[in-house]
Amino acid sequence: MKVTTDKINSNLISEVEEISGQKVSACFQCAKCTGGCPVVWAMDIYPHQVLRYAQLGLADELLNSKTLWICAACQTCDSRCPRGVDIPKVIEALRLILLRAKGGNYLHPNDLPAKVLENAPQQGLVSAFRKYAK
Amino acid sequence: MRYSYYPGCTLKTKAKVYEDTTLQTARALGLEISEVPEWQCCGALYPLNTEEFFPLLSPVRSLAQAKAETNEKLVTLCAGCYNVFKRTNRTMRQDGEVRRKINDYLEEDYMGEVDVVHYLEVLKNDIGFDVLAEKVKKKLEGRKIAPYYGCLLLKPRDEMDFDDVENPTIFEDFLQAIGATVVEYPYKTECCGSYLSMANEKVAATAVGRILTSAFKNGAEALIVACPLCKYNLEALQKESKEAAGHPELPVYYFTELLAEALDVRE
Repeated sequence: MKVTTDKINSNLISEVEEISGQKVSACFQCAKCTGGCPVVWAMDIYPHQVLRYAQLGLADELLNSKTLWICAACQTCDSRCPRGVDIPKVIEALRLILLRAKGGNYLHPNDLPAKVLENAPQQGLVSAFRKYAK
Repeated sequence: MRYSYYPGCTLKTKAKVYEDTTLQTARALGLEISEVPEWQCCGALYPLNTEEFFPLLSPVRSLAQAKAETNEKLVTLCAGCYNVFKRTNRTMRQDGEVRRKINDYLEEDYMGEVDVVHYLEVLKNDIGFDVLAEKVKKKLEGRKIAPYYGCLLLKPRDEMDFDDVENPTIFEDFLQAIGATVVEYPYKTECCGSYLSMANEKVAATAVGRILTSAFKNGAEALIVACPLCKYNLEALQKESKEAAGHPELPVYYFTELLAEALDVRE
Protein backbone atom coordinates (compact mmCIF):
# COMPACT_ATOMS: atom_id res chain seq x y z
CA MET A 1 0.00 0.00 0.00
CA LYS A 2 1.25 3.45 -0.89
CA VAL A 3 0.47 6.58 1.07
CA THR A 4 0.60 9.79 -0.95
CA THR A 5 -0.43 13.37 -0.36
CA ASP A 6 -3.02 12.95 -3.12
CA LYS A 7 -4.66 10.16 -1.20
CA ILE A 8 -4.45 11.97 2.13
CA ASN A 9 -6.09 14.98 0.53
CA SER A 10 -8.74 12.87 -1.22
CA ASN A 11 -12.32 13.67 -0.47
CA LEU A 12 -12.94 10.32 1.27
CA ILE A 13 -12.15 11.78 4.69
CA SER A 14 -14.50 14.70 4.33
CA GLU A 15 -17.22 12.47 2.92
CA VAL A 16 -16.91 9.98 5.77
CA GLU A 17 -16.81 12.79 8.34
CA GLU A 18 -19.87 14.42 6.82
CA ILE A 19 -21.96 11.24 6.74
CA SER A 20 -20.83 9.94 10.13
CA GLY A 21 -20.58 13.20 12.06
CA GLN A 22 -17.30 11.83 13.45
CA LYS A 23 -13.81 13.30 13.32
CA VAL A 24 -11.52 10.52 12.10
CA SER A 25 -8.38 12.49 12.99
CA ALA A 26 -9.38 12.27 16.67
CA CYS A 27 -8.27 8.61 16.77
CA PHE A 28 -4.80 8.15 18.30
CA GLN A 29 -4.56 4.41 17.55
CA CYS A 30 -4.79 2.93 21.04
CA ALA A 31 -6.65 -0.04 19.47
CA LYS A 32 -8.97 -0.46 22.44
CA CYS A 33 -11.77 -0.87 19.86
CA THR A 34 -10.01 -3.77 18.20
CA GLY A 35 -9.21 -5.33 21.58
CA GLY A 36 -12.88 -5.55 22.50
CA CYS A 37 -14.46 -6.30 19.11
CA PRO A 38 -16.37 -9.63 19.25
CA VAL A 39 -16.01 -10.33 15.51
CA VAL A 40 -12.52 -8.98 14.88
CA TRP A 41 -11.28 -12.44 13.90
CA ALA A 42 -13.49 -12.30 10.77
CA MET A 43 -12.21 -8.86 9.68
CA ASP A 44 -9.45 -8.13 7.19
CA ILE A 45 -8.93 -4.56 8.43
CA TYR A 46 -9.28 -4.14 12.20
CA PRO A 47 -11.44 -1.35 13.68
CA HIS A 48 -8.48 0.86 14.71
CA GLN A 49 -7.01 0.32 11.25
CA VAL A 50 -10.25 1.48 9.65
CA LEU A 51 -9.69 4.81 11.39
CA ARG A 52 -6.02 4.92 10.37
CA TYR A 53 -6.80 4.09 6.74
CA ALA A 54 -9.49 6.78 6.75
CA GLN A 55 -6.97 9.29 8.14
CA LEU A 56 -4.63 8.40 5.28
CA GLY A 57 -7.38 8.51 2.65
CA LEU A 58 -6.90 4.88 1.58
CA ALA A 59 -10.27 4.71 -0.14
CA ASP A 60 -9.78 1.59 -2.29
CA GLU A 61 -8.49 -0.49 0.61
CA LEU A 62 -11.39 0.60 2.83
CA LEU A 63 -14.15 0.25 0.28
CA ASN A 64 -13.01 -3.26 -0.68
CA SER A 65 -12.71 -4.41 2.92
CA LYS A 66 -14.74 -7.31 4.33
CA THR A 67 -14.83 -5.43 7.63
CA LEU A 68 -17.63 -3.15 6.44
CA TRP A 69 -19.99 -6.14 6.21
CA ILE A 70 -18.77 -7.91 9.35
CA CYS A 71 -19.24 -5.11 11.89
CA ALA A 72 -22.54 -5.82 13.70
CA ALA A 73 -22.69 -2.31 15.20
CA CYS A 74 -22.77 -3.78 18.73
CA GLN A 75 -21.14 -0.53 19.90
CA THR A 76 -18.73 -2.16 22.34
CA CYS A 77 -15.90 -0.20 20.72
CA ASP A 78 -17.43 3.26 20.94
CA SER A 79 -18.57 2.72 24.51
CA ARG A 80 -14.88 2.25 25.38
CA CYS A 81 -13.20 4.76 23.04
CA PRO A 82 -11.13 7.27 25.04
CA ARG A 83 -11.39 9.78 22.17
CA GLY A 84 -15.15 9.57 21.85
CA VAL A 85 -15.07 8.30 18.27
CA ASP A 86 -18.22 6.41 17.30
CA ILE A 87 -16.50 3.77 15.17
CA PRO A 88 -19.70 2.00 13.99
CA LYS A 89 -20.78 5.35 12.54
CA VAL A 90 -17.52 5.59 10.57
CA ILE A 91 -18.00 2.04 9.28
CA GLU A 92 -21.64 2.83 8.45
CA ALA A 93 -20.52 5.87 6.44
CA LEU A 94 -18.19 3.69 4.35
CA ARG A 95 -20.96 1.15 3.87
CA LEU A 96 -23.36 3.90 2.79
CA ILE A 97 -20.89 5.19 0.21
CA LEU A 98 -21.00 1.72 -1.38
CA LEU A 99 -24.73 1.11 -0.93
CA ARG A 100 -25.67 4.45 -2.42
CA ALA A 101 -23.80 3.66 -5.64
CA LYS A 102 -25.88 2.11 -8.40
CA GLY A 103 -26.35 -1.62 -7.83
CA GLY A 104 -24.57 -1.34 -4.50
CA ASN A 105 -26.86 -3.57 -2.47
CA TYR A 106 -24.98 -6.23 -0.51
CA LEU A 107 -28.00 -8.39 0.30
CA HIS A 108 -31.00 -9.33 -1.84
CA PRO A 109 -34.05 -11.19 -0.58
CA ASN A 110 -33.20 -14.06 -2.94
CA ASP A 111 -29.88 -14.51 -1.12
CA LEU A 112 -31.59 -15.61 2.07
CA PRO A 113 -31.86 -19.35 2.70
CA ALA A 114 -35.39 -20.72 3.12
CA LYS A 115 -34.76 -21.64 6.77
CA VAL A 116 -33.81 -18.03 7.54
CA LEU A 117 -36.88 -16.63 5.77
CA GLU A 118 -39.07 -19.07 7.63
CA ASN A 119 -37.63 -18.79 11.11
CA ALA A 120 -35.88 -15.47 11.51
CA PRO A 121 -37.60 -12.80 13.59
CA GLN A 122 -38.83 -9.72 11.74
CA GLN A 123 -36.39 -7.69 13.83
CA GLY A 124 -33.49 -9.58 12.22
CA LEU A 125 -34.76 -9.32 8.66
CA VAL A 126 -35.55 -5.61 8.89
CA SER A 127 -32.17 -4.94 10.53
CA ALA A 128 -30.26 -6.84 7.86
CA PHE A 129 -31.95 -5.02 4.98
CA ARG A 130 -31.51 -1.68 6.73
CA LYS A 131 -27.77 -2.37 6.95
CA TYR A 132 -27.13 -4.18 3.70
CA ALA A 133 -29.43 -2.62 1.10
CA LYS A 134 -30.84 0.73 0.02
CA MET B 1 -50.15 1.16 38.01
CA ARG B 2 -51.08 1.93 34.40
CA TYR B 3 -48.86 1.80 31.35
CA SER B 4 -49.18 2.06 27.62
CA TYR B 5 -47.49 -0.68 25.66
CA TYR B 6 -45.67 -0.88 22.33
CA PRO B 7 -45.27 -4.49 21.14
CA GLY B 8 -43.43 -4.14 17.82
CA CYS B 9 -43.59 -6.54 14.88
CA THR B 10 -41.70 -9.51 16.29
CA LEU B 11 -43.79 -9.67 19.47
CA LYS B 12 -46.91 -10.34 17.42
CA THR B 13 -45.36 -13.19 15.46
CA LYS B 14 -42.11 -15.02 16.22
CA ALA B 15 -41.94 -13.81 19.80
CA LYS B 16 -45.59 -14.25 20.74
CA VAL B 17 -44.61 -16.14 23.87
CA TYR B 18 -42.68 -13.05 25.04
CA GLU B 19 -45.82 -10.93 24.77
CA ASP B 20 -48.12 -13.58 26.25
CA THR B 21 -45.97 -14.20 29.32
CA THR B 22 -45.48 -10.46 29.83
CA LEU B 23 -49.21 -9.79 29.82
CA GLN B 24 -49.87 -12.78 32.10
CA THR B 25 -47.27 -11.65 34.62
CA ALA B 26 -48.31 -8.00 34.41
CA ARG B 27 -51.90 -8.97 35.33
CA ALA B 28 -50.66 -11.04 38.26
CA LEU B 29 -48.61 -8.08 39.49
CA GLY B 30 -51.55 -5.68 39.26
CA LEU B 31 -50.23 -3.69 36.29
CA GLU B 32 -52.70 -2.32 33.77
CA ILE B 33 -51.19 -2.40 30.33
CA SER B 34 -52.91 -1.12 27.20
CA GLU B 35 -51.52 -1.41 23.71
CA VAL B 36 -50.92 1.79 21.74
CA PRO B 37 -53.46 1.85 18.87
CA GLU B 38 -52.20 1.93 15.31
CA TRP B 39 -48.55 1.53 16.17
CA GLN B 40 -46.14 0.74 13.38
CA CYS B 41 -42.69 -0.84 13.02
CA CYS B 42 -39.96 1.10 14.85
CA GLY B 43 -37.52 0.48 11.99
CA ALA B 44 -35.50 -2.07 14.02
CA LEU B 45 -32.28 -0.02 13.98
CA TYR B 46 -31.44 3.54 14.88
CA PRO B 47 -29.72 5.18 11.89
CA LEU B 48 -25.99 5.60 12.51
CA ASN B 49 -25.46 8.65 10.33
CA THR B 50 -26.21 12.34 10.27
CA GLU B 51 -28.05 12.46 6.96
CA GLU B 52 -30.99 10.11 6.99
CA PHE B 53 -34.08 11.41 8.73
CA PHE B 54 -36.59 9.08 7.08
CA PRO B 55 -35.83 6.14 9.39
CA LEU B 56 -36.94 8.37 12.30
CA LEU B 57 -40.41 8.98 10.88
CA SER B 58 -41.74 5.59 11.86
CA PRO B 59 -40.63 5.57 15.52
CA VAL B 60 -41.74 9.20 15.95
CA ARG B 61 -45.19 8.35 14.55
CA SER B 62 -45.62 5.61 17.13
CA LEU B 63 -44.26 7.77 19.95
CA ALA B 64 -46.54 10.66 18.99
CA GLN B 65 -49.45 8.20 18.88
CA ALA B 66 -48.57 7.01 22.39
CA LYS B 67 -48.39 10.63 23.58
CA ALA B 68 -51.80 11.43 22.07
CA GLU B 69 -53.43 8.56 23.96
CA THR B 70 -52.08 9.03 27.45
CA ASN B 71 -49.19 10.40 29.46
CA GLU B 72 -48.39 7.05 31.02
CA LYS B 73 -45.02 5.39 30.69
CA LEU B 74 -44.57 3.45 27.46
CA VAL B 75 -43.47 -0.13 28.12
CA THR B 76 -41.40 -1.98 25.53
CA LEU B 77 -40.17 -5.58 25.46
CA CYS B 78 -38.09 -6.07 22.32
CA ALA B 79 -34.60 -4.72 22.97
CA GLY B 80 -34.54 -3.38 19.40
CA CYS B 81 -37.68 -1.26 19.84
CA TYR B 82 -36.47 -0.06 23.22
CA ASN B 83 -33.13 1.00 21.75
CA VAL B 84 -34.68 2.79 18.75
CA PHE B 85 -37.27 4.65 20.85
CA LYS B 86 -34.84 5.82 23.50
CA ARG B 87 -32.37 7.08 20.94
CA THR B 88 -35.08 8.69 18.81
CA ASN B 89 -36.45 10.45 21.88
CA ARG B 90 -33.06 11.84 22.75
CA THR B 91 -32.59 13.14 19.21
CA MET B 92 -36.04 14.74 19.24
CA ARG B 93 -35.22 16.46 22.54
CA GLN B 94 -31.73 17.63 21.64
CA ASP B 95 -31.56 18.25 17.92
CA GLY B 96 -33.73 21.18 16.90
CA GLU B 97 -33.13 20.78 13.19
CA VAL B 98 -34.12 17.10 13.10
CA ARG B 99 -37.10 17.82 15.35
CA ARG B 100 -38.34 20.54 13.02
CA LYS B 101 -37.92 18.43 9.87
CA ILE B 102 -39.62 15.37 11.33
CA ASN B 103 -42.49 17.31 12.87
CA ASP B 104 -43.05 19.36 9.71
CA TYR B 105 -43.21 16.23 7.63
CA LEU B 106 -45.51 14.33 9.99
CA GLU B 107 -47.54 17.38 10.99
CA GLU B 108 -46.89 16.48 14.60
CA ASP B 109 -45.55 18.38 17.55
CA TYR B 110 -43.47 15.70 19.20
CA MET B 111 -40.63 16.83 21.46
CA GLY B 112 -39.42 13.51 22.86
CA GLU B 113 -41.74 13.60 25.88
CA VAL B 114 -42.88 9.98 26.13
CA ASP B 115 -41.16 8.15 28.99
CA VAL B 116 -39.97 4.92 27.33
CA VAL B 117 -39.16 2.07 29.72
CA HIS B 118 -38.36 -1.59 29.42
CA TYR B 119 -40.48 -4.15 31.29
CA LEU B 120 -37.37 -5.08 33.30
CA GLU B 121 -37.25 -1.50 34.56
CA VAL B 122 -40.91 -1.68 35.57
CA LEU B 123 -40.12 -4.79 37.62
CA LYS B 124 -37.05 -3.21 39.18
CA ASN B 125 -38.11 0.39 39.76
CA ASP B 126 -41.91 0.45 39.95
CA ILE B 127 -42.58 -2.89 41.65
CA GLY B 128 -39.19 -3.52 43.22
CA PHE B 129 -37.33 -6.82 43.16
CA ASP B 130 -37.86 -7.21 46.93
CA VAL B 131 -41.65 -6.94 46.49
CA LEU B 132 -41.48 -9.20 43.44
CA ALA B 133 -39.66 -11.84 45.51
CA GLU B 134 -42.57 -11.84 47.97
CA LYS B 135 -45.07 -12.45 45.17
CA VAL B 136 -43.25 -15.50 43.84
CA LYS B 137 -45.31 -18.66 44.30
CA LYS B 138 -42.91 -21.23 42.87
CA LYS B 139 -39.30 -20.35 43.46
CA LEU B 140 -37.02 -21.59 40.70
CA GLU B 141 -34.82 -23.24 43.27
CA GLY B 142 -31.78 -25.06 42.02
CA ARG B 143 -32.24 -23.78 38.44
CA LYS B 144 -28.90 -22.53 37.16
CA ILE B 145 -29.57 -19.68 34.75
CA ALA B 146 -27.07 -17.54 32.83
CA PRO B 147 -28.24 -13.99 32.11
CA TYR B 148 -27.51 -12.85 28.55
CA TYR B 149 -27.86 -9.11 27.98
CA GLY B 150 -26.81 -8.62 24.38
CA CYS B 151 -26.09 -5.07 23.19
CA LEU B 152 -29.25 -3.13 22.49
CA LEU B 153 -30.47 -2.73 26.07
CA LEU B 154 -27.16 -1.26 27.17
CA LYS B 155 -25.43 0.58 24.33
CA PRO B 156 -24.64 3.27 23.55
CA ARG B 157 -24.01 3.98 27.21
CA ASP B 158 -25.06 7.64 27.38
CA GLU B 159 -28.14 7.26 25.25
CA MET B 160 -29.54 4.08 26.84
CA ASP B 161 -28.59 4.79 30.47
CA PHE B 162 -30.07 1.39 31.36
CA ASP B 163 -27.45 -0.28 33.54
CA ASP B 164 -23.68 -0.49 33.90
CA VAL B 165 -22.57 -1.05 30.31
CA GLU B 166 -19.62 -3.30 31.19
CA ASN B 167 -21.09 -5.18 34.14
CA PRO B 168 -24.87 -4.89 34.26
CA THR B 169 -26.71 -6.63 37.11
CA ILE B 170 -30.44 -6.12 36.50
CA PHE B 171 -30.90 -9.70 35.19
CA GLU B 172 -28.95 -11.12 38.14
CA ASP B 173 -31.15 -9.19 40.58
CA PHE B 174 -34.22 -10.43 38.73
CA LEU B 175 -33.05 -14.07 38.83
CA GLN B 176 -32.38 -13.81 42.55
CA ALA B 177 -35.87 -12.38 43.11
CA ILE B 178 -37.48 -15.40 41.44
CA GLY B 179 -35.27 -17.80 43.39
CA ALA B 180 -33.01 -19.05 40.58
CA THR B 181 -29.27 -19.56 40.87
CA VAL B 182 -27.33 -16.98 38.87
CA VAL B 183 -24.55 -18.34 36.68
CA GLU B 184 -21.71 -15.88 36.29
CA TYR B 185 -19.71 -16.07 33.07
CA PRO B 186 -17.59 -13.61 31.10
CA TYR B 187 -19.71 -13.43 27.92
CA LYS B 188 -22.95 -11.98 29.27
CA THR B 189 -22.62 -8.72 27.29
CA GLU B 190 -20.70 -10.05 24.27
CA CYS B 191 -22.58 -9.49 20.98
CA CYS B 192 -24.39 -12.57 19.54
CA GLY B 193 -23.77 -11.39 15.97
CA SER B 194 -27.08 -9.54 15.60
CA TYR B 195 -28.22 -9.31 11.96
CA LEU B 196 -25.06 -11.08 10.76
CA SER B 197 -27.11 -14.27 11.16
CA MET B 198 -29.06 -13.24 8.06
CA ALA B 199 -26.13 -12.74 5.68
CA ASN B 200 -22.95 -13.97 7.40
CA GLU B 201 -24.19 -16.92 9.39
CA LYS B 202 -20.78 -18.47 10.09
CA VAL B 203 -19.55 -15.33 11.82
CA ALA B 204 -22.62 -15.13 14.02
CA ALA B 205 -22.46 -18.89 14.74
CA THR B 206 -18.94 -18.52 16.13
CA ALA B 207 -20.00 -15.60 18.33
CA VAL B 208 -22.98 -17.62 19.57
CA GLY B 209 -20.82 -20.69 20.23
CA ARG B 210 -18.45 -18.72 22.42
CA ILE B 211 -21.29 -17.33 24.52
CA LEU B 212 -23.01 -20.69 25.00
CA THR B 213 -19.84 -22.63 25.72
CA SER B 214 -18.78 -20.09 28.32
CA ALA B 215 -22.22 -20.27 29.97
CA PHE B 216 -22.14 -24.09 29.89
CA LYS B 217 -18.64 -24.34 31.35
CA ASN B 218 -19.73 -22.13 34.22
CA GLY B 219 -22.63 -24.42 35.02
CA ALA B 220 -25.62 -22.96 33.13
CA GLU B 221 -28.65 -25.12 32.33
CA ALA B 222 -30.33 -22.33 30.37
CA LEU B 223 -30.01 -18.66 29.41
CA ILE B 224 -32.42 -15.76 29.65
CA VAL B 225 -32.70 -12.92 27.14
CA ALA B 226 -34.78 -9.80 26.47
CA CYS B 227 -34.23 -9.60 22.70
CA PRO B 228 -35.93 -11.74 20.02
CA LEU B 229 -32.92 -11.55 17.70
CA CYS B 230 -30.53 -12.71 20.46
CA LYS B 231 -32.92 -15.58 21.16
CA TYR B 232 -33.09 -16.58 17.51
CA ASN B 233 -29.31 -16.47 17.11
CA LEU B 234 -28.58 -18.38 20.31
CA GLU B 235 -31.10 -21.07 19.40
CA ALA B 236 -30.82 -21.40 15.62
CA LEU B 237 -27.05 -21.03 15.36
CA GLN B 238 -26.33 -23.27 18.32
CA LYS B 239 -26.73 -26.22 15.95
CA GLU B 240 -24.46 -24.64 13.34
CA SER B 241 -21.69 -23.73 15.75
CA LYS B 242 -18.56 -25.86 16.00
CA GLU B 243 -17.73 -24.13 19.26
CA ALA B 244 -21.00 -25.23 20.85
CA ALA B 245 -20.87 -28.80 19.48
CA GLY B 246 -19.03 -30.17 22.50
CA HIS B 247 -21.88 -29.80 24.99
CA PRO B 248 -25.63 -30.42 25.17
CA GLU B 249 -27.94 -27.78 23.71
CA LEU B 250 -28.85 -25.05 26.13
CA PRO B 251 -32.42 -23.77 26.11
CA VAL B 252 -32.90 -20.00 25.80
CA TYR B 253 -35.90 -18.31 27.43
CA TYR B 254 -37.32 -14.83 27.53
CA PHE B 255 -36.98 -13.64 31.12
CA THR B 256 -40.78 -13.29 31.23
CA GLU B 257 -41.19 -17.03 30.64
CA LEU B 258 -39.36 -17.73 33.90
CA LEU B 259 -41.26 -14.95 35.63
CA ALA B 260 -44.58 -16.50 34.56
CA GLU B 261 -43.38 -19.84 35.93
CA ALA B 262 -42.33 -18.29 39.23
CA LEU B 263 -45.62 -16.44 39.62
CA ASP B 264 -47.43 -19.63 38.58
CA VAL B 265 -49.47 -17.86 35.91
CA ARG B 266 -48.13 -19.59 32.81
CA GLU B 267 -51.09 -20.58 30.67
